[in-house]
Amino acid sequence: MQSISLEQSVAMIPDGACLMIGGFMAVGTPERVVDEIVRQNKRDLTVIANDTAMPGKGIGKLVGAKLLRSVVVSHIGLNPETQRQMMAGDLEVELVPQGTLIERIRAGGYGLGGILTQTGIGTPVEDGKQRIEVDGRSYLLEVAIRADFALVQAFLADYLGNLSYALTARNFNPAMAMAADKVIVNADNIVPIGVISPDHIVTPAPVVDYVIANA
Amino acid sequence: MEPQTIIARRIARELSSGMLVNLGIGIPTQVANYLPEGLHVFFQSENGLIGTGSPPEEGMAHPTLTDAGGRPVTALPGACTFDSAMSFGLIRGGHLDLTVLGGLQVDQAGHLANWMIPKKMVPGMGGAMDLVSGAKRVIVAMQHTAKGASKIVKKCTLPVTSTRAVDLVVTELAVIAFPAGRATLIETGPGISVPQVVAATEAELVVPDRVPEMILGQA
Repeated sequence: MQSISLEQSVAMIPDGACLMIGGFMAVGTPERVVDEIVRQNKRDLTVIANDTAMPGKGIGKLVGAKLLRSVVVSHIGLNPETQRQMMAGDLEVELVPQGTLIERIRAGGYGLGGILTQTGIGTPVEDGKQRIEVDGRSYLLEVAIRADFALVQAFLADYLGNLSYALTARNFNPAMAMAADKVIVNADNIVPIGVISPDHIVTPAPVVDYVIANA
Repeated sequence: MEPQTIIARRIARELSSGMLVNLGIGIPTQVANYLPEGLHVFFQSENGLIGTGSPPEEGMAHPTLTDAGGRPVTALPGACTFDSAMSFGLIRGGHLDLTVLGGLQVDQAGHLANWMIPKKMVPGMGGAMDLVSGAKRVIVAMQHTAKGASKIVKKCTLPVTSTRAVDLVVTELAVIAFPAGRATLIETGPGISVPQVVAATEAELVVPDRVPEMILGQA
């Protein structure tokens, strides 16, 4: 793990990159990284996340600044701007059931080609997908996904890059930290090694590439 | 009484001690307000919390303690938090006893549509498809009609949420179950007659000889 400035962390991201961004309705989203993406005007991005939050918060800021080419999300209902851009054909939106989305990300990070789920069978979610029978029950094959960068929000990061999370800000963050080529972490608190007890470390340091230094 | 209150109070009677329950946004959220004193239910928020409590007092909100709509909540003693993989493992894996969800349409075979109106409103399914496919029991909480049109229809015209039939639909006019895959009127709303329910319903309803009036959970 390397420490990095906020500016440098975002400067690494090229236009057109695919980003996983942690958070659930902007809770657990690395807000200052999002702000820096807007400031550096990164364009044509693909974002994989639970939702597009609401206007002016979290991923909603990227939608509002029209920096996104496509999103892979489970929910856009609290962001009318996402719906407007989708209807106008300016933003590609792939809607994925939330439990399927987290498992596709987990599969991407855990070395699996995909997962089998009954969720979505007989609905528009099934379109173009393979059905697989196991013990007489039908499942959809949902393939793994990965990203170029994961933008992760942690509660504690130690000097090695071990992470723990706070309450409902955990959500998609630990799975995403496994599923991207480069993992960039913003932490509420950067602490000495040993402060997080081994049992309370959720994301082990070796998967973390960068922890953003305090301002 | 408000239709939403009738629906929430009736559904509250379906909860019992020790159950793991997920309440959707809207009318389903109100169900928690009508539980008998002393009943201990585990409420799950799919963003990663079991033990979801009521909203905090003014000025006491924590930015990382929220429900699935991103609103501040409290955590009850014994609460636990987890990531989204665990959350949906609980939902799909047969661990969730009951989910209560809102609906746009339910058809006479019990299929629910509640996640989009093509070309008009596309909020996305969020966790709804996993909840309907995975929970042990699914109850739909919705008003019987919208702009005068029945929401309990012969066949869903909107995209369905799952091919799994729901267990119960509770409206301000009726409680409907789906034994043998057929919509069956099992209770009427307070002060509502069977012919009133039938007149307000597009679906073909099986009507038993005797249909009791619903009993509401405590105010």
